[in-house]
Amino acid sequence: MLEPRTIALVGNPNVGKTALFNALTGLHQRVANHPGITVDRHEGVLKGSMGRVRLVDLPGVRSLVPRSPDEAITSEFLLAEAHVHALQGVVVVLDATQLRRGLFLLSQVLETGLPLLVCVNMADEARAEGVPVDVQGLSLALGGIDVFATSALSGEGIEELSTRLNAGVLVAPARPQLPDLASVRTSLPPSRERWRTLRTGVDDSGLMQEEAAARWRFAADILQGVKTTSANKLRQRSDRVDRFALHAVWGPFIFVAVMALVFQAVFTLATPAADAIEAGVALLGDSIRTHLGASLVTDLLVDGALAGVGAVIVFLPQVMLLFLLLILLEDSGYLSRAAFIADKPFAHVGLSGRTFAPWLSSFACAVPGILGLRSIEDQRERRIAMFAAPLLTCSARLPVYTLLISAFVPRQEVLGFLSLQGLLLLALYLLGLALAILAAAIYDRVMRDGARLPLLLELPPYRLPALRTVGLRLIQRAGMFLRRAGTLILLFSVLVWGLTTFPRPDRAPTSAAERAAAIESSFAGRLGHWIEPTIEPLGQDWRIGIGIVASFAAREVFNSTLSVVYAVETREGEDEDARLATTLRDARHSRTGAVVFTLPTVLGLLAFYAVALQCVSTIAVVARESRSWRFALTQFLVFALAAWVLAWAVRSLALAVGC
Amino acid sequence: MVSGFEQPQPLHPTAELHQLAAGASGIVAALQGHEATTTKLAEAGFVPGALVRLVRRAPLGSPLEVEVDGARFTLRSEDAAAVLLRPADSTHA
Repeated sequence: MLEPRTIALVGNPNVGKTALFNALTGLHQRVANHPGITVDRHEGVLKGSMGRVRLVDLPGVRSLVPRSPDEAITSEFLLAEAHVHALQGVVVVLDATQLRRGLFLLSQVLETGLPLLVCVNMADEARAEGVPVDVQGLSLALGGIDVFATSALSGEGIEELSTRLNAGVLVAPARPQLPDLASVRTSLPPSRERWRTLRTGVDDSGLMQEEAAARWRFAADILQGVKTTSANKLRQRSDRVDRFALHAVWGPFIFVAVMALVFQAVFTLATPAADAIEAGVALLGDSIRTHLGASLVTDLLVDGALAGVGAVIVFLPQVMLLFLLLILLEDSGYLSRAAFIADKPFAHVGLSGRTFAPWLSSFACAVPGILGLRSIEDQRERRIAMFAAPLLTCSARLPVYTLLISAFVPRQEVLGFLSLQGLLLLALYLLGLALAILAAAIYDRVMRDGARLPLLLELPPYRLPALRTVGLRLIQRAGMFLRRAGTLILLFSVLVWGLTTFPRPDRAPTSAAERAAAIESSFAGRLGHWIEPTIEPLGQDWRIGIGIVASFAAREVFNSTLSVVYAVETREGEDEDARLATTLRDARHSRTGAVVFTLPTVLGLLAFYAVALQCVSTIAVVARESRSWRFALTQFLVFALAAWVLAWAVRSLALAVGC
Repeated sequence: MVSGFEQPQPLHPTAELHQLAAGASGIVAALQGHEATTTKLAEAGFVPGALVRLVRRAPLGSPLEVEVDGARFTLRSEDAAAVLLRPADSTHA
């Protein structure tokens, strides 16, 4: 049997490991689910190996003692007994301008006894400093371990490394150099066993520090006869940029400008593409109807499946653009500067600058935002950030806001130049942000779980992002978004279709009025009636109840559901949302006959949507990422209750002031 | 090379890292505080004998940008307080 050999790439953060992985595998890679822990790892087939060598790109770590879920993959993958047979060897990737840091990690990998070779990446940067990588010197100092010098970006040395990995199995170093750890029984041969003994033997602070110090001494000893350099030129250039980018006055100014640009780009540039997708999906739906004719299957395909697919891919332009900009900012080095600048305000509510980028993502969609929290080592901070993130105004709320505001808020100007409608929309965004901060602060004060870890965020020198790496990461993140959010939205969309379709009336409805009657007698209609008493104090009736239930698939489904419930008939060339707005203005309460959508009720409904966790994919992603359904369901219930209370308060206040 | 008007201040025999002026250096004498903090600091290179430099403070006063062993880190004042320093050689000052 020809099992592929598995080789893992291990290295510090920011050593260009992912670029190296991409250069070695090309496009033959996929994201695999790591068993046991809920994190993905990247796998690929080594180029030229005809599928015989499988490469695994493990998250960058400073040490094999894990703290974040990301770091845990690396050490679990190297140390878990389950992988013994699959894992054939390790490529330890070092940064040519930071060899000592790499050797610290290497000292730990050596203790596992795994076969390994060393790859000194960013060799071009060392050469630019006038000190090419001393391959022979390093190999000699390491007792004969194979050393390769590469530059993943220029392609230097990739061929040689690839040939070596293709050629045959790696071997464990015959006489590995190991750090002299006074606290450890060094008589044990290098093995996973030794590593575990070492870990359990040193759990108090003095010894841990002593162990780290011993590893640094080991690294310094190895490098004694080796010519090394730091990235001085790169750092000097970076410092010139940082004199502005981190300046006491200019720094925050540049920060706000960059983030405003990202925000603006995500919301304006992606809109035409999203509109085109929406139109395309509608066109496709029409043509399916024409070809298949009216039937239950057609309805399932168009109103269930296609609507679900459409609801997902309509987000893609925006989410992809956001990913692209964030990856560019991250790979250039600016994102860690942004975290540096933004840290202080976040610190007040138990968060840190690391939360900044994931929260920014949450303005497009909470799902990538929550996935982005993985790299945070501090479990407590992750939970706080995860708890509050869904309150940030995601773009699925926007269609609901737009519909309600354009239909019910007067088109009038404030102070002569500001539109009241625009101001209300802005207020809703600010409300979301304020509530997220409040939620984080409350969670921080109330939940006293776990000790804090120090914020130790590396500020790498600025580098030009490599387009190839950016492209591949973009594809991977988009794929992850589609899997995590997409599949659930699709399933839920079909479920909602089923609820609004069954049980079916005896005769297929032909007019809008008949369709509305059919939906009232459907399961969804019964559900709407059933929850009516709970939403009646908010001025809402069962029809809005159906909208709220259906919008669990994705919030914007609220609009299309109301269109059906209120029997909106659109004629050729008419805007459905405009037609719906008109209909909603005339809507009467099913029992009292009063106008349903009064301004106070609408304001309450807006407040409800600002808070409620109306999104099945977010709930699922939170459960997965927090590894706790209890956490996810508690969050859902707390938000539902808070949404109801806020909606009631807003409506009562509006009624009191006579809106 | 550092823009700013204040000269780097000389260190007390033992000072905490966050007390350094921007641009000033010191040598790690010891680490103090919680195990989680000191271990992480030690793994990042803050071990006795290491030369550290406070590059700058963030625009809002915290956190700090600290250089150790060729790398730069963001470190909050309260965490930097775990790093006890002795004066660097005059050649580094």
